[in-house]
Amino acid sequence: MTGMSISELEEMARKCRIEICKMTHRAQAGHPGGSLSEIDILCALYGHRLRARNDDPDWEDRDRFILSKGHASPGMYAVLAEMGFISHADLETYRVKGGVCQGHVDMKWCPGVDFSAGSLGMGLSYGMGCSIAAKIDGSKRNAYVMVGDGEIQEGSIWEAAMAAAHHELGNLKLFVDCNGIQNDDFCEAQMRMFDIPAKWNAFGWAVKVIDGHNMNEIVGAIDWMDTVTDKPAVVIAKTIKGKGVSFMENNPAFHGAAPSDEQLAIALSELGVKA
Amino acid sequence: MTRMAATRDGYGDALLALADNPKVVVLEADLGKSTKSLHFRKAHPERTVSCGIGEQNMLLVGAGLASSGYIPFASTFAIFTERAFEQMRNGIARPNLAVHLCGSHGGTHTGTDGSSAQSIEDLAIYRTLPNVVVMHPCDDVSTKELTMQLPGLGKPSYMRTARNKTPVLYEGKEEQIKIGKGITLVEGNDVAIIACGVLVHEAMEAAKSLQSEGINATVVDMHTIKPLDTELLDSLSAKCGAIVTAEDHSIIGGLGGAVAEHIVTKHPVPMEKIGVHDRFGESAGSEEMLEMMGLKSHHISDAVKKVIARKA
Repeated sequence: MTGMSISELEEMARKCRIEICKMTHRAQAGHPGGSLSEIDILCALYGHRLRARNDDPDWEDRDRFILSKGHASPGMYAVLAEMGFISHADLETYRVKGGVCQGHVDMKWCPGVDFSAGSLGMGLSYGMGCSIAAKIDGSKRNAYVMVGDGEIQEGSIWEAAMAAAHHELGNLKLFVDCNGIQNDDFCEAQMRMFDIPAKWNAFGWAVKVIDGHNMNEIVGAIDWMDTVTDKPAVVIAKTIKGKGVSFMENNPAFHGAAPSDEQLAIALSELGVKA
Repeated sequence: MTRMAATRDGYGDALLALADNPKVVVLEADLGKSTKSLHFRKAHPERTVSCGIGEQNMLLVGAGLASSGYIPFASTFAIFTERAFEQMRNGIARPNLAVHLCGSHGGTHTGTDGSSAQSIEDLAIYRTLPNVVVMHPCDDVSTKELTMQLPGLGKPSYMRTARNKTPVLYEGKEEQIKIGKGITLVEGNDVAIIACGVLVHEAMEAAKSLQSEGINATVVDMHTIKPLDTELLDSLSAKCGAIVTAEDHSIIGGLGGAVAEHIVTKHPVPMEKIGVHDRFGESAGSEEMLEMMGLKSHHISDAVKKVIARKA
């Protein structure tokens, strides 16, 4: 399922952006901004690297991917549909009673979801547990985790950061989606985080900073993560919240707000959907 | 002479005995010497994960291990497990991952460290979580036996153990001990005293002294608070017509709360609750704490007389 070219990954991301807008519009709820900021990385991870089987999502020796910022679920669901873990029809169940696409990603409801997230600051610890299990098993599988930049304000993230480095978990790989906006406002206003790469470096991680919307850089960073085997690795991805939809870009209003009918039409047009 | 032992030692012995199962892993948060997981750590360092002083991380590392086919046993002081309550709720109970959490040094019986270390609400909070089994055994033998049963449970659990030694009740009687089944220690028709943990011994004392006054009490060790042995409770309501609960825990939401919630919907009978009355503890010896909090056998005896007077 891996090995897609850069142009194929870019096209997949465009399609996923369309689904993100449609899902949140249909539900008139959800989190489009953070889904659009993370989506290029998710597409690259699934299309280029992640060892997982869409016909056997519970395969024990699969790589794990934990979307710790579990509210940004439309992005995850769009990727799972593109990769064949769920159907495109399933995307219509986002936030709908009985649907596999629960409001926040949920391992009990959706094939291909490895952790029930939605409460911030939990996924890295869970990924650490998956990494330790792989080590005891003698498996080469990795645990990949994505957190948001606002999310790292949670103290439990730093408990996990310290512990993962202490245990030299070379099979634990983290992406920080640095879109600069959290629920109420810009991160700069809510809680300044100062030098984020320096913090991870000080906690004993291997650190790389990239443009989280440049597919070449993302794929290169995923390959770089493979070369780090003696400590956990983190990719700090500079992203734009709402990336790809002009009126959502860098706009705190679209952290947790759905597009209207008119806004959806504009968004789809910008994403190359012909009227 | 009755052998004396601490329930936390039963937990430590059980972990060591469970080590033959290669899927059993132990998680520590710098209190393994106290919770007694240290014996496992010494024998199996490759399956022991030090999480430092970080309880929130510890519980979710356990969740990740459980989802990968391992059987994690995490322990710290009962009071510090509470710091990770939301991790237990959202990351363990909700996805029903079989992480087994042990909170040692529970209750005011833990003594001179004072109120910051005396968890009196742990049973109440964990009892509210779907999927979670909640236990508070009274001796080292039953603690070991219940812990040994956990790998077969297939769902998360919380077990409170105690710091200090108490009399051993179940030497050679391991077969009586089953998760979810209360144990009748004394039979009597006038009242049922339903106790857990340290207070089981106080309840036994109370039954003895009540007998000399012509009152025959049933004493039950309700080591599993959730799922509650409602079948036994219903038979006790019918047989005795009055219930006293006893626990080293707040009277709000623990064993007394669980019993009351059940009997009012099924077979209401007069009931009294022995427990900590909506206050915090303080520094004092174990026995002094029980006395100060109103948890001694004479307090139970007084409650029994009060509840019998309320019988129709």
